[in-house]
Amino acid sequence: MSNTPFRIGFLPLVDAALPILARELGFAEDEGIDLTLVRDMSWATVNDRLLYGHSDAAHLLAPLAIATTLGLGRPATPLSVPFVLGLNGNAITLRPDLAAQVTTVGGPGDVRAIGAKLAAVARAADKPLRFGVVHRYSSHNYMLRYWLVGCGIDPDRDVEIVTVAPPFAADALAGGEVDGICVGEPWNSVAVDRGAGVIVAVTSQIWLRGVEKVLAMRRERMEEDPDLTHRLIRALYRAGTAFVDPERHDEITAILARPDYLDASATLIRRAISDQILFAHGQAAVHVPDFMFQHREAANFPWVSQAAWLYAQMCLAGHTTANDADYQAAQRVFRPDVYRAALRPLGVPLPGASSKLEGGIADSLGVGTTQGRLILGADRFFDARSFDPEGLSEYLTESIPK
Amino acid sequence: MRIAIIDTSTTRAAIISEGLKEAGLDDLVLIDGHGPLVAQIEAANPEVVLINLENPSRDVLEEYFVVSRALARPIAMFVDQSNPEATAAAVDAGVSAYIIDGLSKQRIMPVVDLAVRRFNAFARLQAELNEAKSALADRAMIDKAKALLMKKRGIDEPAAYAALRKAAMDSGRRIGDVADTIVTAARLMGDL
Repeated sequence: MSNTPFRIGFLPLVDAALPILARELGFAEDEGIDLTLVRDMSWATVNDRLLYGHSDAAHLLAPLAIATTLGLGRPATPLSVPFVLGLNGNAITLRPDLAAQVTTVGGPGDVRAIGAKLAAVARAADKPLRFGVVHRYSSHNYMLRYWLVGCGIDPDRDVEIVTVAPPFAADALAGGEVDGICVGEPWNSVAVDRGAGVIVAVTSQIWLRGVEKVLAMRRERMEEDPDLTHRLIRALYRAGTAFVDPERHDEITAILARPDYLDASATLIRRAISDQILFAHGQAAVHVPDFMFQHREAANFPWVSQAAWLYAQMCLAGHTTANDADYQAAQRVFRPDVYRAALRPLGVPLPGASSKLEGGIADSLGVGTTQGRLILGADRFFDARSFDPEGLSEYLTESIPK
Repeated sequence: MRIAIIDTSTTRAAIISEGLKEAGLDDLVLIDGHGPLVAQIEAANPEVVLINLENPSRDVLEEYFVVSRALARPIAMFVDQSNPEATAAAVDAGVSAYIIDGLSKQRIMPVVDLAVRRFNAFARLQAELNEAKSALADRAMIDKAKALLMKKRGIDEPAAYAALRKAAMDSGRRIGDVADTIVTAARLMGDL
């Protein structure tokens, strides 16, 4: 029997690793899938190809999957997320002179203190500081806004946030079009290498377990062939186990750097996947544990509460108006049931719950599972708040700055 | 009706604008996407924007349309679900369109159809060009292989070509590939 053809759209970013490895390391083939990767240069195009059937699944920004389901910017089309492709992996990079005013250049600092200094600089600036994020409906945008608000900066009045395509982010910073960027790797490192920017924070410092890219499928497509979906999830899961094996970092770096995938510097990719971050040009790289979290601790599990948190941020940003029907629809995008059904045969630990109090784990914690043993690491937010998916309206009320 | 064309390929942009002009649509603005995109769009103030799907600036453009303070905001053609075939044809061709909300469909559809046809024509041109290039390379390789065979086996040119063609037929390969193998082998053996 011939393998089932399956196409996944992606953007050339380090966190597109799992679908690429599922193909290149033979895990897709083992599951009888003839996997093709379709590279694009904008999320709009990745999403359009998914909606019009050019691709069967996509490496997508988690909030964009929710926005598309809710009909923001595109006709409402229900998307499903049966697998999370990774947590965090983004950074905030500022102009070197601006960075020097808010942090000790060269290493990670206390993001509260950095934010407080940034607030003072922003207030004193002649014109509003301008930040570039990769997409309106991106975790980058929501994480940046969350941090700014938490530090007393109004993201709509005190600063400007604009969209910058990741490949142009370093140019925009160098050319003075923006004062800071919040993008994924390797684009922060590109800016640092060129001396155009200094990393002042990584997003894992803002939310230690922040959901980032997801595997998105049209719900209809996912449900019409559950067996195929399950095989794909198993292939991606095995790609995840390979990704976190330090022995394979060189091999993985070489694959990702290839012209048909990231077409980027192997040195920069190697740094990102081994959590080695060069904060400023000419300094030594610093090991930032959990910079990019692609697999351990059930990182690939689509917690419904992660979708709920993103919906809350979309409401706070004024991208949509909170209502119960949309909130339910947003949460239904994440499909832990499909994840469990796919991975049960592998005997891997599966969380028993589908939703949790986000930011509620201060230290590693053993959690209930349907099989296996699972320890979840801390998932705190930088401001020590937590998010209870059962209490959206209270959360939104508390989040409005006084 | 003012139409802005944003394309990473200047050749394709020229092919599209030529087609639009022939159809009597000559209020065109060409934007190559290397300069500040948003400022150029703002200055052009178009009613229709055509942009190639592989353009990295689509996300920037969509964000600008969402936050634009202009009274008439362009929206993605994809938002209009009344004509799914037209949309699918556009995605297939690799073009996307943004259209001022409220612009009549009778006026816009010919523009989109034309853009799709021109995109496809460009893709065909590209394919033909690639084919011509590879045919030329094959030609050169076949000539070299023929010369080798003629010298080595003391046969004439038609016989050398016939031998190549038979080998290609027998092994189910392209004649250019067979010639390439012979030339590579000869080079390794020190005959070249």
